[in-house]
Amino acid sequence: MNLKVHDNKAWFLVLPVLLLVAFSAIIPLMTVVNYSVQDIFDINNAVFVGAEWYRDILSNPRLQDSLLRQFVFSGAVLLIQIPLGILVALMMPTKGRMASLCLVTLAIPLLIPWNVVGTIWQIFGRADIGLMGSFLNSVGFEYNYASNPTHAWFTVLLMDVWHWTSLIALLCYSGLRAIPNAYYQAAKIDQASAWAVFRYIQLPKLKSVLVIGVLLRFMDSFMIYAEPFVLTGGGPGSSTTFLSQTLVQMAIGQFDLGPAAAFSLIYFLIVLLVSWLFFKTITHLDSKK
Amino acid sequence: MAEIKLEALAHSYLDKPSKAHDYAIRAMTHTWEQGGAYALLGPSGCGKSTLLNIISGLLQPSEGKVKFNDKDVTGLQPDERNIAQVFQFPVVYDSMTVFDNLAFPLRNLKYPKAKIDKKVNEIADVLELRDVLHRRANNLTADEKQKVSMGRGLVRDDVSAILFDEPLTVIDPHLKWKLRRKLKQIHEKFNITMVYVTHDQLEASTFADKIALMYQGQIVQFGTPQELFEQPAHTFVGYFIGSPGMNIIEVAIDQHNAVFDDVVIPLNAALIDDGVTISNNIKIGIRPEFVEVVDAASADSYLCDVVDVENLGTYKILTVVLGRQQIKVRINEDQTVPIDKAHITFPEKYLKLYIDEYLVKENIA
Repeated sequence: MNLKVHDNKAWFLVLPVLLLVAFSAIIPLMTVVNYSVQDIFDINNAVFVGAEWYRDILSNPRLQDSLLRQFVFSGAVLLIQIPLGILVALMMPTKGRMASLCLVTLAIPLLIPWNVVGTIWQIFGRADIGLMGSFLNSVGFEYNYASNPTHAWFTVLLMDVWHWTSLIALLCYSGLRAIPNAYYQAAKIDQASAWAVFRYIQLPKLKSVLVIGVLLRFMDSFMIYAEPFVLTGGGPGSSTTFLSQTLVQMAIGQFDLGPAAAFSLIYFLIVLLVSWLFFKTITHLDSKK
Repeated sequence: MAEIKLEALAHSYLDKPSKAHDYAIRAMTHTWEQGGAYALLGPSGCGKSTLLNIISGLLQPSEGKVKFNDKDVTGLQPDERNIAQVFQFPVVYDSMTVFDNLAFPLRNLKYPKAKIDKKVNEIADVLELRDVLHRRANNLTADEKQKVSMGRGLVRDDVSAILFDEPLTVIDPHLKWKLRRKLKQIHEKFNITMVYVTHDQLEASTFADKIALMYQGQIVQFGTPQELFEQPAHTFVGYFIGSPGMNIIEVAIDQHNAVFDDVVIPLNAALIDDGVTISNNIKIGIRPEFVEVVDAASADSYLCDVVDVENLGTYKILTVVLGRQQIKVRINEDQTVPIDKAHITFPEKYLKLYIDEYLVKENIA
């Protein structure tokens, strides 16, 4: 083998990719990093402030509340949507016209733009004219998502479940279809109960699609913006104001670019860290023994 | 522990079967006795696996009944029939260890832990799985996976029967022989009815006391390996069993002789009655092992051309032409090989007559 370098021209072939990545990711990200360490008064007047914005942000109670809310929301989303999605996938017909019908029906919520989903539920939940809102009120339940924080939370969660459970269900459905029939036959012969079939055959085979499902749902729900913004506007009070809305208020509403940039980076790192933890935990379960 | 009876059993995968050809299993009545070791032998697509799945309850037959010890189980699921089945390709629960795999059927039946440990260890010993007992099943080789698959069928000693659907397909040849011996030992030890599906006659005859030979959805013969060899009840049995298969020649009957291409072969008079003339599908058959090569012409010998000699080590296969028919003859290595021309005879005892493909039994009366 000859390891002697004749010339380095091949590096020029990497240049287009480097430029593309630079303009699409590195430069915008570094701009944010740049903002996060400066106090900017106007275009020619910026002061380097080091880690001050980071310290500020981490001790900001509005942000801490928002972060806590965000974790509770994402946790609830995963706890409801993952089991529910699996359950729906298990109950779906495996072949024939009904199977196609179910697939199309499930796909519909996924095809609706996010702010439209917010609008749909905003109207659906209204106590005066909304189908759900006025129904709940007519059966004696005083439901009003605009004034009651619990009701607002309930509505936002329900909306997200409606919007995204389909994704988990479709992923699991495809995972289930990939299990050869021989496993079910063997389980029948081995006198396995329905629970044992689920626990030892279906669930292990669903693991790879569930890794994707959990990660997608965590990242998406952690970055949710349009739907609650349209539905509740973050209210009542700030009870349904999640992280991205807080960030937008800070960056665009108050034009605090420095703190907002620091916030963005922390936000990004949290998503990265939690996703990594999920991924490691789930794949670690597999590598035992 | 059970005697398995199939009564007027038939199965079709079509909704409205009309012709005989629509049936994967054509009407059959058959009994597998308690404690027997049986092989279900036949070519691919003859309905062996279908029949096995009907016995285990994975498949509901279109017609007829399945009975275990005279109890009708036709409508029952496999778990209600308490039966074990091993599939052609290994099915292991890959999230579990080998131990958990083997223990799975016992745990489902809520056996006490001590008994599970004992049974699993016993089977692991028999199948030589002890070294991998605590490994995860998805890291095993194909051989080991199939052994685990078989082991799950064997751990329960109270089953009505154990059904094997070509279980050694993926196993290495040198292990096949060993595992067949193991199965036989397990059979002798626990006295469980075993039905073993295969398309390999050697596998069938080493495992089973009795072989059921299936052809086009029917059991065409049920008997010991020797019976299948010496008295093929159907031309297909003659063709399928033996290597090479039986020589089968289409003939016409003239009085007590079989005639083809100007060759006249006298038949045992006891075989022929008036019924023979009714059919025009008449064949004679003789195994290559039973055709005799004689040194000189005699009254009952036929002169034929030798066209090919295959040397297979301990024996040779001659291909000779008589009339326009090719006939295979097996001769031992110590016999002299005739050159160009050979005189052959057809011993009457081994010359079989088939009408409409079925054997004509000697007419004693």
